[in-house]
Amino acid sequence: MTAFLQKRAFASLISLMGLVVLVFFLSRLTGDPTTLYLPVDASLESREQFRELHGLNDPILVQFGRYVGDLVQFDFGMSIRRSAPAIDVVLQAFVWTLQLALITMTLVTVAAIVIGSIAAFHIGGVFDRIATFFSLIGASAPDFWIAIISIVIFSVGLGWLPTSGTGTVWHWILPIAVLFIRPFGLILQVVRGSMVSTLSSAYVKTARAKGLRNKPIIFVHALRNAMLPVITVIGDQAAALLNGAVVVETIFGFPGVGKLMIDSILQRDFTVVLAAIMVTAVAIFVMNILIDILYAVLDPRIRY
Amino acid sequence: MTDTKTLPPQNIPAQTHPAKQILMMLWRDKLAFCAAIFILIVIFCALFGAPLLEDVATKQNLRGRNAAPFDFSKDWVFWLGGDALGRPLLARIVVASQNTLMVATGAVVVSLAIGTTLGLIAGYTTRMGSQIIMRLADVIMSFPSLLLAVIVLYMLVPSVGNLIIVLAITRIPVYLRTSRAEVLEIRERMFVQAARVMGASTNRIVFKHILPVVFPTLVTIATLDFAFVMLAESSLSFLGIGIQPPEITWGLMVAQGKAYLTTAWWLSFWPGLAIILTTLSLNLLSNWMRVALDPVQRWRLEIGKKSNG
Repeated sequence: MTAFLQKRAFASLISLMGLVVLVFFLSRLTGDPTTLYLPVDASLESREQFRELHGLNDPILVQFGRYVGDLVQFDFGMSIRRSAPAIDVVLQAFVWTLQLALITMTLVTVAAIVIGSIAAFHIGGVFDRIATFFSLIGASAPDFWIAIISIVIFSVGLGWLPTSGTGTVWHWILPIAVLFIRPFGLILQVVRGSMVSTLSSAYVKTARAKGLRNKPIIFVHALRNAMLPVITVIGDQAAALLNGAVVVETIFGFPGVGKLMIDSILQRDFTVVLAAIMVTAVAIFVMNILIDILYAVLDPRIRY
Repeated sequence: MTDTKTLPPQNIPAQTHPAKQILMMLWRDKLAFCAAIFILIVIFCALFGAPLLEDVATKQNLRGRNAAPFDFSKDWVFWLGGDALGRPLLARIVVASQNTLMVATGAVVVSLAIGTTLGLIAGYTTRMGSQIIMRLADVIMSFPSLLLAVIVLYMLVPSVGNLIIVLAITRIPVYLRTSRAEVLEIRERMFVQAARVMGASTNRIVFKHILPVVFPTLVTIATLDFAFVMLAESSLSFLGIGIQPPEITWGLMVAQGKAYLTTAWWLSFWPGLAIILTTLSLNLLSNWMRVALDPVQRWRLEIGKKSNG
C-alpha cells in the first residue's frame, strides 16, 4: 500500500511539474512578463524597476530555477491588488470553496446513490424518469443561466432567498442547488447503470431466493459492489465541480477561489492567479490519491 | 447479414438506399427527429442568417430600449423583444449563432483530428512515444478544463482563434483515450492480422482498416462533445474572458442581459434558451446515434419493418 501511494504521489508530482513548466513558459514566452504582473497603465520606469527587482533580465533557465525554488516554499510573491502574500489570499478563499464543494458533493453522492439504486430497481418508474430528466438537464443547461434564472425566480420574484453574498444558511442554498445539478445527473446515470448490472448477478438472485427484503438486497448486498465505477465518476466530478464553482461563485458573490481567480484575471493580478492554479492543482492530486485509497477499502480484492 | 439466409424469403426486406434507411431510422425516434430539424435550423442561421441580419442586429434604437417580447405589432425581428440599446434580440441571437457555432465546430474538429491521430499512433505502436502521449493526456485530464482555459486565455489575447485552440486542447484527451482503447482491441482482430499478413503497410492498416471501425464511436462522442464545448465557450464568454464585444455569442448575450435581470428578464432568457435547446438537441441526437450506428442495437430503430429482432 505505501509503495503504491509513493508511486501515485510521484506520478502526481510529475503532472504537477508539467503544469508548472507549462505556466512558466507560457507566461515568459508570450510577450513581456511585466505586462502580466503589472497593471496595464504601469509606467516604463516601474516596468524596468520590476524587471531589475525580480531578475527578469537574467537568462531564462536561471529564472526558471528561481521560480521553482520559490514555488517549493509556497512563495508566490505579493498580490498587487491586496497587499498581502498571494498564497494567504488564495488559502483564505480556498476554505470557502472547499466547504461549498464538500457540502455539494456529499448531497450529490447520497441523493444519486439512493435515487439511482431505486431507479435501477424499478426501471421505467418515477425515479427512473427523475434520473433521465436530471441527467439531460445537467448535460444541456448552462449553469450560469440556471443560476441567474433561479435568482430571478427565488430571490427577486418570490423573495425567499438572498441574491448573493454569505452570512446566513440561506445564502448557501442557491449556490449549492445550482452546483448540484450537473454532477447529480451524471453520477445518477452511473449508479443506475452499475446497479442494473449488479442486480442481475447470481448472488443477488441467491439473496432474493432465500427471502431477503428488497431494502437489504439493494443497499447492503448490491450497493457495495456497484460502488466502484461510481467512485471513479465521483472523483472526476469533484474535480469538475471547480469548473462550476468558478461560474457559480462569480454570480452569487461567493468569496471562494473561483471568484478570486476571475476577479484577479480581470484586475490583472498574476501572482494570485498563479497561486490559485497551483493550490487547486495540489488539492485535486490529493483527492485523486484519497480516491485510490477508498477503492482499496471498498474492494478487498484490490491490493496495490 | 449472414443469418438472413436462414430466414424465409418473405422476411428479407428489399434493399433500401443507405441514406433513406438512416432517414427512416431518424423518423422512428421522434425526439431525435425534432432535434435534427432544430440543429439544421441553427446551422442555417449560422451560415446565412448572420450576413443577412448583420445590419438589423447592430442598428441601435434608443426609443426601443428593453422592448418587451411578444409585441406582434412590431417588425418580426422584435418579437422576442429588444436589448438595452434597442437592438432586436431575435436578430442578435441569429447573428450570435455564427460565432457560437464557429468556436464549437472549430474546437471539436481540431480536437477530433489531433486526438484521433495521436490515439491511433498510441494504440498501434507500443514504443516510448505512446507512453509520452498518454502521460500528457493524463496531465490535461487531471485538471479542470475551465481553469486550464482561464490561465491560457489570461496570457493569450481572447479571440475566436485562441478560444478554439484552448477548448481543443482540453478536449483532445477524450478522443485520444477512446481511439487508443478501441485500436488496442481492434488490432488483434482477424481482418487486421489478415491485412498484415498480406503485407499492408502500417499506414494502410491504420487508416484504411482500423479508422473506419473506430469512426462511428468517435462521431457519437463528437456530437456529445459539441454540446460540452458550446457550454464551455458560453461560460468563458459569460465570465468575460471569452469572446469580447462587439463580437457576440450566446454566452456573452446572457452576460450582457444580467444587469437588467430584474427589469427585463428576456435579455438573458432567450440566448440562454437558445443554448439549452441546441445542447439538448445535440444530446438527444448523440443518444440516437449511439443506437443507430451500433449494428447490435440498431434493430430497436428498425423494429417497425419486421418484428423478429
